[in-house]
Amino acid sequence: MTTISKVRYSRRAMLKAGGAALAASTLSAPMVWGQETKNITLRQFGTGVSNLNDVATKVKEDLGFTLEMTALDSDSVTQRAATQPDSFDIADIEYWICKKVWPTGNLQAMDTSKIANYDKIVGIFRSGKLTPESTIAQGTAPHSVGFVDGPGGTSFADSETGWMTLIPTIYNADTLGIRPDLIGRPIESWTELLNPEFKGKASILDISSIGIMDMAMVCEAMGEIQYGDKGNMTKEEIDKTFAIFTEAKKAGQFRAFWKTFDESVNLMASGEVVIQSMWSPAITAVKSRGIPCVYQPLKEGYRSWGGGLGLSANLSGMELEAAYEYINWYLSGWVGGYLMRQGYYSAVPETSKNFMSENEWGYWFEGKEATDVITSPTGDTLAQAGEVRDGGSFEERMGRVACWNAVMDENQYMVRKWNEFIAA
Amino acid sequence: MPPRPPLSIFTKMKRQAVLQNRNVLGWLQASPLAVVLLGFLVAPIVMIVIVSFWGATEYSIYPAFQFDNYEFLFGSSVTYTVFFNTFKYALITWAMTLVLGFTVAYFLAFEVRSLKWQIGLFLVCTIPFWTSNIIRMISWIPFLGRNGLANSTLISWGVIDEPLEWLLFSDFSVILAFVHLYTLFMVVPIFNSMMRIDRSLLEAARDCGASGFQTLRNVIIPLCKPGIMIGTIFVTTLVMGDFITVRFMSGSQRANVGRLISNDISLLQYPSASATAVVLLCTVLIVIALLLRLVDIRKEL
Repeated sequence: MTTISKVRYSRRAMLKAGGAALAASTLSAPMVWGQETKNITLRQFGTGVSNLNDVATKVKEDLGFTLEMTALDSDSVTQRAATQPDSFDIADIEYWICKKVWPTGNLQAMDTSKIANYDKIVGIFRSGKLTPESTIAQGTAPHSVGFVDGPGGTSFADSETGWMTLIPTIYNADTLGIRPDLIGRPIESWTELLNPEFKGKASILDISSIGIMDMAMVCEAMGEIQYGDKGNMTKEEIDKTFAIFTEAKKAGQFRAFWKTFDESVNLMASGEVVIQSMWSPAITAVKSRGIPCVYQPLKEGYRSWGGGLGLSANLSGMELEAAYEYINWYLSGWVGGYLMRQGYYSAVPETSKNFMSENEWGYWFEGKEATDVITSPTGDTLAQAGEVRDGGSFEERMGRVACWNAVMDENQYMVRKWNEFIAA
Repeated sequence: MPPRPPLSIFTKMKRQAVLQNRNVLGWLQASPLAVVLLGFLVAPIVMIVIVSFWGATEYSIYPAFQFDNYEFLFGSSVTYTVFFNTFKYALITWAMTLVLGFTVAYFLAFEVRSLKWQIGLFLVCTIPFWTSNIIRMISWIPFLGRNGLANSTLISWGVIDEPLEWLLFSDFSVILAFVHLYTLFMVVPIFNSMMRIDRSLLEAARDCGASGFQTLRNVIIPLCKPGIMIGTIFVTTLVMGDFITVRFMSGSQRANVGRLISNDISLLQYPSASATAVVLLCTVLIVIALLLRLVDIRKEL
């Protein structure tokens, strides 16, 4: 079996050899670290959520080297990580993508002893448990694909080994977004997505691996299907799930499906859709236009996701050191604070606290009433004094995760059924 | 520069003989284009055909010679629906762009008298092409939406009470966008054919007592056939190969073959995408072959 990358890039081996020769010749010369780092450029790509130009600017300021960012949708990110290993140095990907991409050998494991804040990383990413009493949710839980046995490990380890696949950076608990002004009654369950009351006004996302989980949450809440594991469905469960949703689609339940962040914002803001799968900053974006929008906590719990930074297998020498330096900086708080003020969570919350005001920390993390106006990092007003975050505190939200975004064993089958669903 | 010594007569003759050999000269003149086409058209297509027999796992493809991809493709009912949709879009778009394109070209060629105005108005037709076609397409979305301009205007005129849901994210909006995007591809070749029509033929038709409609049917349309055919080929191939218009204008709710391929690619199923692409390519080629049987473009031009 050959990986796509090797089929497509027969020159890759040559490049590697050339790179090694180059590294050898530079290493023999005395290193002038301060000067050299200025010339280092790290190429990072990932989904739009954390590929922020502000981060690149701050990196240049704090660390001196250049960070080039490319934002793509989840499918394109997977595709690029799997097929174009020469096109990036740092992959900012989600854990379920990692499960898919790791076997290609395009990423290298990271030595946790070089990560200064490793011990402060939230339990979800290490033991899998938020608190010692928590149960682990279904799906591709981050810790289950977070570790390998050694630097060259190809299969995932089930406990902390000191070699991490991704350094966690960002995560959140997702639920349905609603327009309370257009619905006018409380929404409490995932079943509402298929409620005929919202015929032609509902939407889900057209990214199969995430969409299927939202579907599963709905079907389970309706009591139609009892899943053994929503994150790893059997063919039969997949068929049943799609049967329910195909029927709803044919009955005109959905207005549209969305694939990118902006599409979801526009659907909601324009009133085309009043209830749909949504991501937290999309809610923020709708709100900042002065349109009421709620990230509705539902009684069945959240569908959660986590992302992290992975290093390209091609990174070595000075670039690799720079990448470690970048990751340490990433966990040291500034980015965490930035992300948390958008409604995400940072993997090391306590460092982020230093970069947030007491009011912001209370609102976003502790679920307290805002004591003053809450603004986004770009300055838009998101909440007034006295308002509380949808879903409450960190523990309340992350403690009620029902499943993680996942890649299943029957993924190929599921994808084909997804195509049928879209074409139906 | 000192004059070069004259070549011996023998060498001169030999050189001329080689160059005058029509075959050699012809091959030489054709070779640059042939090389470009071989490298950038034939080779990729051959590659696609080869890969369509390969196998795929989650994240990789492996060389093989198996018919799995085709088997799945022809065995799935989705394929037939999706191909049907593709033809439906192509046919409706073709009919509408033909009527519109012919009318516009007719107006430009026969109603506008001065060449200056003809060129001027023709350029006006191309103005929308100064922006990207994605933008031209997406700008329909706020216009057609539930609370968009179209619906609010109709409501304020009292034509409708409830917003029309089918304006956006439907077959209607997909075809509207196609017609908007591709009518010019019909206008240009038809206009070109019309401008070549000898005006004295029209006078002759009138002198023989033909009505306006008879002139149109028996003189203008037959003489425009090559233009119509070229426009038809443009429009059908563009519509059949499209995926982004269908995705945006239907809100991802409809699918044509292009979307099937793009979904496969984004999920790293290259062999299956290649197989679909090969089938689509064959279909489009058959359509074009049929069209070319109707009109011999080479003779007409």
